[in-house]
Amino acid sequence: MWEVVELIPTREEWNRALSGRHGEELQNRFSSAAVAICGLGGLGSNLAICLARAGIGRLILIDFDRVELVNLHRQQYRASQIGRYKTEALAETLREIAPYVELEVHTVRITEEHAAELLRSADIICESFDDAEAKAMLTNFVLETMPDRYLVAASGMAGLGSANTIRTRRVTERFYLCGDGVSEGNGTVGLVSSRVMLCAAHQAHTVLRILAEEFEV
Amino acid sequence: MVKINGEEHDLAGKTLAEYLAAADCDPKRIAVERNGAIVPKAQYGETVLQDGDLVEVVRFVGGG
Repeated sequence: MWEVVELIPTREEWNRALSGRHGEELQNRFSSAAVAICGLGGLGSNLAICLARAGIGRLILIDFDRVELVNLHRQQYRASQIGRYKTEALAETLREIAPYVELEVHTVRITEEHAAELLRSADIICESFDDAEAKAMLTNFVLETMPDRYLVAASGMAGLGSANTIRTRRVTERFYLCGDGVSEGNGTVGLVSSRVMLCAAHQAHTVLRILAEEFEV
Repeated sequence: MVKINGEEHDLAGKTLAEYLAAADCDPKRIAVERNGAIVPKAQYGETVLQDGDLVEVVRFVGGG
């Protein structure tokens, strides 16, 4: 028998493997970046896993909510994590996937009063809320008060519509918007894991492209 | 003419707030970009649209 701990690669092995895949220069950009993920539902949980796998150095995870059974059809939590804070459950999963990612966890609801403090050290801010008003609030807050940051937001990914209508737009120089723009979460079908993952993947890919200085969509 | 989300509108001289009300846009669910820059929410009422303006109203829908 072996112990699980022996299977975890060292930090050096980890970094070498990532540099081997991405190239050293790109990996250095990924590993020196801090990305905030605002909302850890279907978008945020998938987005965080993508970015942790890519070797982003520091993830700032923000959510006030707990894992519920009705989340499991699209969010990256496990049945055994029901009832736990999403921040803590996701941090646990991320540490298993990518043991050397630095995690900053805030179990709070983001409001305009303390958003600046929470997001202060983020190079790129991802909006991954469920609620339309919260999406608009964070978007306006970041664009109005933190104009030197990049914002990657999402709107419209519910239902069983074509996968090909999920896309990324560059609205202003530092504001990217992913989704189909119209499909609301309150339709008869609601949110479906695959289409939410597509949108989260668009967001994650946009983050990586920004870090690679590939700014066009 | 003012171009809003790709469509021409005869709105020069009107304020952004007047357009948003007429278009039935809930100000709590949108972000507005005008000529490449975000329009702060507090300035919707005093932003007067001008000929040649390029405006994009991003309407957020729920789900995530």
